[in-house]
Amino acid sequence: MEKLLEIENLSKVFSLGSILSRVHIIAADNVSFYIKPAEIFTLAGESGCGKTTTARIILGFEEPTSGAIIHDGKKKARNEKVWFTEGIQAIFQDPFATFNPLRTVDNYFFETVKNYKLAKGKEDAIEWIDQKLNAVGLTYQEFAGRYPSEFSGGQLQRISIARALLTNPTLLIADEPVSMVDASLRMSIVNLFKKLRDETGVSVLYITHDLATAYYVSDRIAIMFRGNIVEMGSVEQVLMNPRHPYTKLLRESIPEANPKKRWTTTVNLTELEQEEYLRKGCKFAGRCPEVMDICKGVVPADLIVNDTLVKCHLYSDENSSAK
Amino acid sequence: MKNSILRTENLKAFYVLDMQGTQKVVKAVNEVDLEIHEDEVYGIAGESGCGKTTLLKALYGAIEPPLRWMGGSVLYHMNNLAVDITSLDAEEKRKLRMEYISYVPQGSMSVLNPVLKLNETYQDFIGSHVSGRTRQEAFELARKHIVELGLPRNILDAYPHQLSGGMRQRVTIALAALLKPRIIIADEPTTALDVVVQRGVIQLLMDIQQKLKNTIVLVTHDMGVHANIADRIGIMYAGKMVEEAPTEKIFEDPIHPYTRFLIDSLPRFGDKSTRSSAPGSPPSLADLPAGCPFHPRCPFAREICTQEMPALVSLSSDHKVACWLVGEN
Repeated sequence: MEKLLEIENLSKVFSLGSILSRVHIIAADNVSFYIKPAEIFTLAGESGCGKTTTARIILGFEEPTSGAIIHDGKKKARNEKVWFTEGIQAIFQDPFATFNPLRTVDNYFFETVKNYKLAKGKEDAIEWIDQKLNAVGLTYQEFAGRYPSEFSGGQLQRISIARALLTNPTLLIADEPVSMVDASLRMSIVNLFKKLRDETGVSVLYITHDLATAYYVSDRIAIMFRGNIVEMGSVEQVLMNPRHPYTKLLRESIPEANPKKRWTTTVNLTELEQEEYLRKGCKFAGRCPEVMDICKGVVPADLIVNDTLVKCHLYSDENSSAK
Repeated sequence: MKNSILRTENLKAFYVLDMQGTQKVVKAVNEVDLEIHEDEVYGIAGESGCGKTTLLKALYGAIEPPLRWMGGSVLYHMNNLAVDITSLDAEEKRKLRMEYISYVPQGSMSVLNPVLKLNETYQDFIGSHVSGRTRQEAFELARKHIVELGLPRNILDAYPHQLSGGMRQRVTIALAALLKPRIIIADEPTTALDVVVQRGVIQLLMDIQQKLKNTIVLVTHDMGVHANIADRIGIMYAGKMVEEAPTEKIFEDPIHPYTRFLIDSLPRFGDKSTRSSAPGSPPSLADLPAGCPFHPRCPFAREICTQEMPALVSLSSDHKVACWLVGEN
């Protein structure tokens, strides 16, 4: 199987506190996944689950503690940014923070064209930029010489997608790209990712906490919890038939846009984030409704159930045969 | 039919900005008529910049420059008496606040004083609203209240920074409910929270509502939250109320084209069919198009839509829509 990007046993440890009371937080713990060409892959989870850390490591903003990133069959070495960013581009959460409010947005485009030597002369550059803007439903005329404040959030997010497309990347990394966009325009951004995938074959690593749009847009999904991928597989399998108790909790907690499906049960929120990071066995053991003795001491293995990866003792051989 | 508790008549609240000699008027709340009942959760939905937060400020009587009253009234129904908040002075408004109506502002996890322990914040608060309480009594009252709402008992000994965002949000909501107000106004109480924590915050609001049998006015852009807890929903667009109906009707039988776009664009589990957004983008409140503000984006717009704003008319006893298409099909 062809793999566009492969992440192998990626770990990142942050040390907090002073010398006397040092705490190690494992933000990403042996994370492994791959992305195929022309595929939308979602990394989902709550804040503090390590999804953004993983993206930052892939983009080279952060050095991993261990592990490897393999892109197009080549391993990424330290400080090797140029060939890497040509193939992988990023889109961030807040479009207003992406651009400097005192610079016109076309500035960024010309700069990128120049840095990557994408065009000869200004005419060429404008044609190149116009082509990329057309892909997101904008034109060069309506964008040239304007400042970020002259656009709406939805337009600006499209512009930042067009900017990411300039280098003809094979993979876009989108970190919460719609959470700051107005509700009525959200789907237009999400639909744009689908269109780009189908028409130009670009893959997207979609990072979000919104499982409803994740279900709508993506092909495969990985659910992260406290640095671990706890469940990974096709969206149909993971979201419509969740196996890991954490995925079940997450799926149940989403307020569905259907007044006939109101919550009937309650959740308890007691454990602290840091305590969960420092847990020895399964990180979810403190809140899990199906917790067993083994969960508190032993980290569950990555088990494959119906082509889906599940990191839970419930699905190990001795337990599933006992059922 | 439930009694009404909060009513607005033709309410107008504009931001008037003086920019180098030229006046800029932002019509954030433009001729809004509302009637909110006792013992209900009233949801207000709409995208950012449509005037939701300004409407709440007006309901609470917190109008400060550059925001100005431009007409209309906000009536509180207390003991069969209608009191117009616009006619009250600052001291009278202060007395009503927290005891009759309380407000959980947006980003309310940052309203707690960072250098005070929570019990001092609570005591401060009780001291300024309930006279004749000693510190000890106040502390007992706060503690009892916290435990009743199912929050950890020792939370009052903590500083705000020691708590997570979700916990701070719940402490703030608990504070707003301390004096058992008849109306609680909550502005985006669950935004920026994780889904599981969000569920905890909504649970707390529902618990309070069920205990006090009071009214909650909830503003959020998250239609999923509305679907879960609101009894009735009002849809706002560009400073106007464009549709109002019980929650189920809004989700199953939306009439206004904007509401239809809003509901149809929601992604649902188990359904991967293409969802489309409304075309174009929301208008600036400082420069509204003539007629119905939605007409530049509306696929059904006709001539009259570009000239006159349709009135909010009753379709049935509980369903109101402001659209020229109503009645013509």
